[in-house]
Amino acid sequence: MREAYLALADGTVYSGMAFGSELSLDTPPVWGEVVFNTSMFGYQEILTDPSYAGQIMCFTNPHIGNVGCNKDDVESRKVWVRGVIVSKLSREFSNYRGEESLDAYLKREGIIGIEGLDTREIVRKLREGGAQVGIIGEKGIHSPDDLVDMARTFDYSAYNFVEEVSCSEPYVWTESVWDHDAGAYRKITLEKLSSRPHVVAIDCGIKRNILRLLLDVGFRVTVIPYNFSPDEIAEISPDCIFLSNGPGDPSLLGETITTVQALLGRYPIFGICLGHQILSQALGGKTYKLKFGHRGGNHPVRDEATAKVEITVQNHGFAVSKEGLPNEVFISHINLNDMTVEGVDVTGDLRAFSVQYHPEASPGPHDAAYLFKRFYSLVTGERYASKR
Amino acid sequence: MPRRDDIKSILLIGSGPITIGQACEFDYSGTQALAALKEEGYRLILVNSNPATIMTDPELADRTYIEPITPDFVERIINKERPDALLTTMGGQTALNIVLELNDKGVFEEYGCELIGAKIDSIRTAEDRELFRSAMEEIGLQPAKSGIAHSLEEAESVIKEIGYPCIIRPSRTLGGSGGGIISNQSQVKPVVSRALNTSPNREILIEESLVGWKEIELEVMRDLKDNVVIVCGIENFDPMGVHTGDSITVAPIQTLTDKEYQALRTAAIQVIRRIGVDTGGSNIQFAIHPDTGKIVIIEMNPRVSRSSALVSKATGFPIAKIAAKLAVGYTLDEIPNDITRETPACFEPSIDYVVVKIPRFNFEKFPFADPTLGTQMKSVGEVMAIGRNFQEAIQKAVCSLEIGSYGFDRKSLFKGMERDKIIERCKTPTPERLWFLAEAFRLGATVDELYKTSGIDPWFLREIEEIVAVERALRDGEYNLSEKDELLNLKKMGFSDRRIASLTGRNEEDIREGRAKLGVKPAYKTVDTCAAEFVAFTPYLYSSYDRENENHPPEDKKIIILGSGPNRIGQGIEFDYCCVHAVFAFQELGYKAVMVNCNPETVSTDYNISDRLYFEPLTLEHVLEIIEIERPVGVVVQFGGQTPLKLSGELERLGVPIIGTSVESIDIAEDRERFTQLIEKLSLRQPEHATAKSIDDAIFKARKLGYPLMIRPSFVLGGRAMRVIHDERELMDYFAEGLYVSNDRPVLLDRYLHNAIEVDVDCVSDGSRVVMAGIMEHIERAGIHSGDSSCAIPPPTLSEEVQNELRRQTELLADALNVRGLMNVQFAVAKFGEIYILEVNPRASRTVPFVSKATGIPWAKVAAKVMAGVSLEEQGILASPSISHVAVKTAVFPFHKFAGVDRLLGPEMKSTGEVMGIDGNFGGSFFRAQYASQNALPVSGTVFISLADDDKEAVLDIMPDLISLGFRVVATRGTCDFLRKNGFKCMHINKVREGSPHIVDMLSAGEIDLVINTPEGIGPLLDSKSIRLVANEMHVPTYTTVSGASAAVEAMKILKDNGDFEVLALQDRLKGE
Repeated sequence: MREAYLALADGTVYSGMAFGSELSLDTPPVWGEVVFNTSMFGYQEILTDPSYAGQIMCFTNPHIGNVGCNKDDVESRKVWVRGVIVSKLSREFSNYRGEESLDAYLKREGIIGIEGLDTREIVRKLREGGAQVGIIGEKGIHSPDDLVDMARTFDYSAYNFVEEVSCSEPYVWTESVWDHDAGAYRKITLEKLSSRPHVVAIDCGIKRNILRLLLDVGFRVTVIPYNFSPDEIAEISPDCIFLSNGPGDPSLLGETITTVQALLGRYPIFGICLGHQILSQALGGKTYKLKFGHRGGNHPVRDEATAKVEITVQNHGFAVSKEGLPNEVFISHINLNDMTVEGVDVTGDLRAFSVQYHPEASPGPHDAAYLFKRFYSLVTGERYASKR
Repeated sequence: MPRRDDIKSILLIGSGPITIGQACEFDYSGTQALAALKEEGYRLILVNSNPATIMTDPELADRTYIEPITPDFVERIINKERPDALLTTMGGQTALNIVLELNDKGVFEEYGCELIGAKIDSIRTAEDRELFRSAMEEIGLQPAKSGIAHSLEEAESVIKEIGYPCIIRPSRTLGGSGGGIISNQSQVKPVVSRALNTSPNREILIEESLVGWKEIELEVMRDLKDNVVIVCGIENFDPMGVHTGDSITVAPIQTLTDKEYQALRTAAIQVIRRIGVDTGGSNIQFAIHPDTGKIVIIEMNPRVSRSSALVSKATGFPIAKIAAKLAVGYTLDEIPNDITRETPACFEPSIDYVVVKIPRFNFEKFPFADPTLGTQMKSVGEVMAIGRNFQEAIQKAVCSLEIGSYGFDRKSLFKGMERDKIIERCKTPTPERLWFLAEAFRLGATVDELYKTSGIDPWFLREIEEIVAVERALRDGEYNLSEKDELLNLKKMGFSDRRIASLTGRNEEDIREGRAKLGVKPAYKTVDTCAAEFVAFTPYLYSSYDRENENHPPEDKKIIILGSGPNRIGQGIEFDYCCVHAVFAFQELGYKAVMVNCNPETVSTDYNISDRLYFEPLTLEHVLEIIEIERPVGVVVQFGGQTPLKLSGELERLGVPIIGTSVESIDIAEDRERFTQLIEKLSLRQPEHATAKSIDDAIFKARKLGYPLMIRPSFVLGGRAMRVIHDERELMDYFAEGLYVSNDRPVLLDRYLHNAIEVDVDCVSDGSRVVMAGIMEHIERAGIHSGDSSCAIPPPTLSEEVQNELRRQTELLADALNVRGLMNVQFAVAKFGEIYILEVNPRASRTVPFVSKATGIPWAKVAAKVMAGVSLEEQGILASPSISHVAVKTAVFPFHKFAGVDRLLGPEMKSTGEVMGIDGNFGGSFFRAQYASQNALPVSGTVFISLADDDKEAVLDIMPDLISLGFRVVATRGTCDFLRKNGFKCMHINKVREGSPHIVDMLSAGEIDLVINTPEGIGPLLDSKSIRLVANEMHVPTYTTVSGASAAVEAMKILKDNGDFEVLALQDRLKGE
């Protein structure tokens, strides 16, 4: 058993047991913005969500690792969370789809975890004091004081994590949604895709379930790097544009925002999370950093058009300000916990909308999956038989 | 959507008496609903026959009817009150059934009463097997496959459809006997043939076997705008095959990935939409195949339930309260979350702890019942525990059970058992399986082996295995308990001080002090619905040994009330009622009331009731820690029954300020010798008695006392193993059972007072004044446990002189014991008016809620104020109230849940609940009480009488009435001869052993409408058992005492003369006083 520390920039040091990958004298300790997630399911999806790049994840669910890890429950090609904080780690797992333990999985992925911490204490600290940088080190390699000093030198907002998580080359996506009975994702052949409307997804750290749902509602999907120019995009002849989720501060993405401004009006646009912040900024809106962000699977959001409430998946540290949005943009969704903006809709010719939360779920409730159908209708003019 | 203003008055139906399957959770939900609707200004009408409920307190509804929950009575109430709406979802199955019956009669249409909560179609679709199946198939969900067959050929084709394994159940056999599981072709013929032969109508039900599948429940809420939230998911530790009420359950779900959980969540939403429950909560159950993830929908309850109470307590999301608000038109986003205040109720709670529920059983009360758990619920109560991990939660839950277990101990269960036998016991679900699993691990069983045997998920098994491994290390001295971290690790795993002590050969106090020295103290955490994401304003707390203690109690004047723990026979909702009243009383006096309890069904564990709530085991360890951190001015042990009383000695020794009657006085009342001295000092009388340490000693002393006599072990409570012994042979049989006596645990012998009238007196004393709350005359003669006996207030047959003497003696006792608060005395009044004292309890008794409802004075509250130093005079309670009506309490029994259990009453308590009847006269009240307890009395027909010799004389008094009511009399030889000799016409019928046609044949054929059967001694007792069993099965009202029968005759007379009963609300009855 290896002992580990979690040191926070405010000087607090917690000690626990290390799991996952081992640190050594040659590797630097792991730093990141410490955030929490209150989801009770889906730790593997969370770990592989590129939006968490640069962050250390504190899970509030008391047992983590119970169902192990498998090849299917991933939202990208690798684990993006830099460090994992859990209260109680299950070293053995039990689920019919489980393939390896979380410990083994993180070892393979080169990610360190620390267990046995009072995760509730950490959440309360972040809630009161706001998000802050933390650093995980191992006893015998690092001293607590050094770790605190180091934690103070990092600034999460200064990094452009999108660069790190975006794809480098465009690619076509062929995997559709999960089939529970078959225990596998549905596959769609390239031939079947050719006649479909073409969505080009700008990858700022896109979650695979977004791609699966886009495919499921009837699109053909091409994923492109976040820094493609409007001309490069036009070359692959999209019918519409999707703006993905992703990590970090949206105001660092000036280039992408300019691109979106150029695309607005030419193509219908749908954005999620970071994509929502990019769209809002492209429309003239502003973003700001929340005190401790929204991260969980249980936030109520009201669709202002229908006045109905959906239970949503949230993962964002920044939000779009209500002020500064132009008149043709209306706030379509509101978070009922703190009344922050959760979605915008552009009326008129611009044909664009976006939401702050995650309708693709994975993990989390599927209440908002209707938005993908809404996008399909917007693009094709066909009415999608809404199940809601 | 705003609140509906088109309805002004709402009727709510309660769930009636506590029975197995319907306990105090419906008092909790009903009380919440009433409070929520009152807040909105509606006029509220309530009907519930159970007086031991908070919901029937006259302040809660505008009109409270303590009346039978039967279609005719509820219709009378609707006719009288003309409510605009009826809230259908708060009274369990009882309320739903009544709603369906009244609807069939067109009552709601006739009176223009709208159903809110769940509408008729929803209730029907959810309740009707076939409608439900097709509704589920319609939305693409799979119900368990099943079919009916009447022959081997039919069965073969059904089985072909369903596949193996499948379950065969013969129709109309008791307790499912004659059924079986078929796993392959070769078993079809033998199992099906046997089942067909067992079934009286040669019909069998064939079902897809889901045994061993995971069982998951979701609690779902929906509003009129079609917003749906899942409040919580629960995973059953016991796989499919055990009723969820009898299963150990865990929240949150531990062994599903997000993909599986979301599939269930989405399905649950589809279900509630399809069934159409549009304003409120529902419970939806699924089975999941552990190897394939295949999902089967089991059932849906379109109402609040035991699970919703559990989930409300487990998450802090008050389902019943919110369901009530939704029913009157609010939507989820309009209702604030109580705990966070800022955020709305339209969300799904996230919990950052583990909750474990363990059911509480009472099989020791029913020695002939089969303790195997199955699809019919058998538990009488439950405990819930909260911990920061599963191990902590389950070990805390074990401590909460109050079965003398403080971890995976209970060595006596496995004494002398071989490994194979232990593993075999892990296969069959029983109340003890958890301990057998631990023992199996001790003997080297592996997780795989036990998974194959029990079907319990390996994840849970591994957690238990780890506890056992640590136990072993601890026993082997591998832990250094003076190392802070090592001790802390044990506490984090939930090891109680007692368990650590027993594993290390030390005592509890040692461990506790060692812990204090090292600073290993609990860190209290808050149940806040949101995993700390938002600030919580409600101090709803549980202990853990995690790092940060969030609990910083303000320095208010506080009083801690110790609750009554899990429901069990002998200690149920009555004590929770008293605890809640104590909370109200202290709050009224300006104290902060701190509640400690571990029963999730109750009103007392509603965080809106007390100022601060600790959801903790009621053990010395947990209680002491709370007292230490809260520093109360007083601790109350009087209201929670035996649970807190058991702790009172130790608490006092450790300097805890116990308020009210002293622990010393309680001890005098409980200690037989000291009590006898007191009685002698006061020149009062007790039945002659003796203590015997061996069988010879007992035989000798019994001869001196004379038979019949009452015998009981000295170390048990609630009348356990208490029996009336008629002769020496029975005495020897009792000892031959061998369970009850040893040198340091003698048996107690009491002279049995035959045919004496038993009387309960409740009083309150403040030290200078004693006020009688009520004198209750029992209907059944002395010898029947007071909790099982019917009783009436005011006493129907006791003379004023006798009553005055009872008062005098009660006062004398209260003064001598220096009572501050409640005291209960049980008297026996013998033939010539001699008064004997049977028992004194200087604390709240089971009868307090009944007396309070009957007299209109909340005695528990009055007593609590006395304990806080407010005299009776200051409260304006100067004398016993006189009432002009009669109130009767009748006990309700669980016999129909236990096949093969005799319904004979005796000194050992067997009832689970009670009902009350209230009317202007005894007959009317008794009838209402009987009717409410589901004993529908006949007014004529055939009565079967079979009496013990001692009772024959007494029955002559009621014979003329039975004849004039028009009853035809059938009797066995002795009784028949006796009746004929005394001039009554009577038909003779054979006893069973005399051959057919005999009485059981007649009963089975439905030819008997009433049974009066008083057996005597073991021989005749066994003879007559089959009569009572069949009568029980055929739902024929059966009286096992002449006094009970006599009261029934009174009621039948009233019933015959006056078929139409007036209904009068409690508020109106009490106003008339």
